[in-house]
Amino acid sequence: MATKEEVFDKVQAALVDALGVDDDEVTPEATLVGDLGAESIDFLDIVFRLEKAFSIKIPRGELFPEDILTSSDYVVDGKINAAGLEELKKRMPFADLSSFEQNPAVQDFANALTVQDMCNYVASKVD
Amino acid sequence: MRWFWMDRFTEMTSGQSAEAVKTVSLSEPQLHDHFYCIPTMPNSLILEGMAQTSGMLVSEYNGFRERVILAKVPKVQFYFRAVPGDTLIYRAKIEDIDADGARATTTSHVGDRLQAEAEILFVHLDRQTAHRPLFERGEFLSILRVLRILEVARKPDGSRIPLPEHLL
Repeated sequence: MATKEEVFDKVQAALVDALGVDDDEVTPEATLVGDLGAESIDFLDIVFRLEKAFSIKIPRGELFPEDILTSSDYVVDGKINAAGLEELKKRMPFADLSSFEQNPAVQDFANALTVQDMCNYVASKVD
Repeated sequence: MRWFWMDRFTEMTSGQSAEAVKTVSLSEPQLHDHFYCIPTMPNSLILEGMAQTSGMLVSEYNGFRERVILAKVPKVQFYFRAVPGDTLIYRAKIEDIDADGARATTTSHVGDRLQAEAEILFVHLDRQTAHRPLFERGEFLSILRVLRILEVARKPDGSRIPLPEHLL
């Protein structure tokens, strides 16, 4: 079983390689989009690197549940409704969505995901 | 004119690796302005050749059915200038591949000397957003033949890859 430090170090290395950022920019609190500048195409790159680094398989939609964010059942006027938030929390137990819940605009969702969330996700897969 | 930045494939092992060559000739027009009296193969076009080599390898993996798009170059490094008379050997290796896309590593050599290396990310363009074919019927198959891909490509067990009949 990997320690928290080992998980963080590998996630950090994956993000440094995928996003071209410096080690010290990849802090647990850093958001992938807002702080590290990740764009949509970078997430595929990140997924490939995490899969290789941890010898895991990351199913499509598990780390980034795009289906929820684009569903008319869950999105009303550009915001995730209560049912959508429940579904997000169920699908993403590794993520701290408390700030996002205050104003759950779809366009801000990508910026809710932090490095720590990603570490939590990976840890749940390797345990 | 076609945007070919390698001349032909010399090896391809399905889902694994490929090799292609590019001969740099002084008759290529871009060398006359890049740079004046110092003809230098542009690094951007070398990268394009490495990407085309990798992209064809990725495309073959799914029987040339996916629309493989160059999405990102996370890393690229050039070590020396390529000049007229050089033969560039492009080698590509698939590191990861799934339904969404692929990540490849690729190199350019002149003889035994590493001239450039890169990582390239490809995505499979969503078929639902592809409203019209990219090629006329039979056109893409002609490209595969011109580049000798069908001639050299092998499955990992050494057998030849089948003719992609959907391209006929």
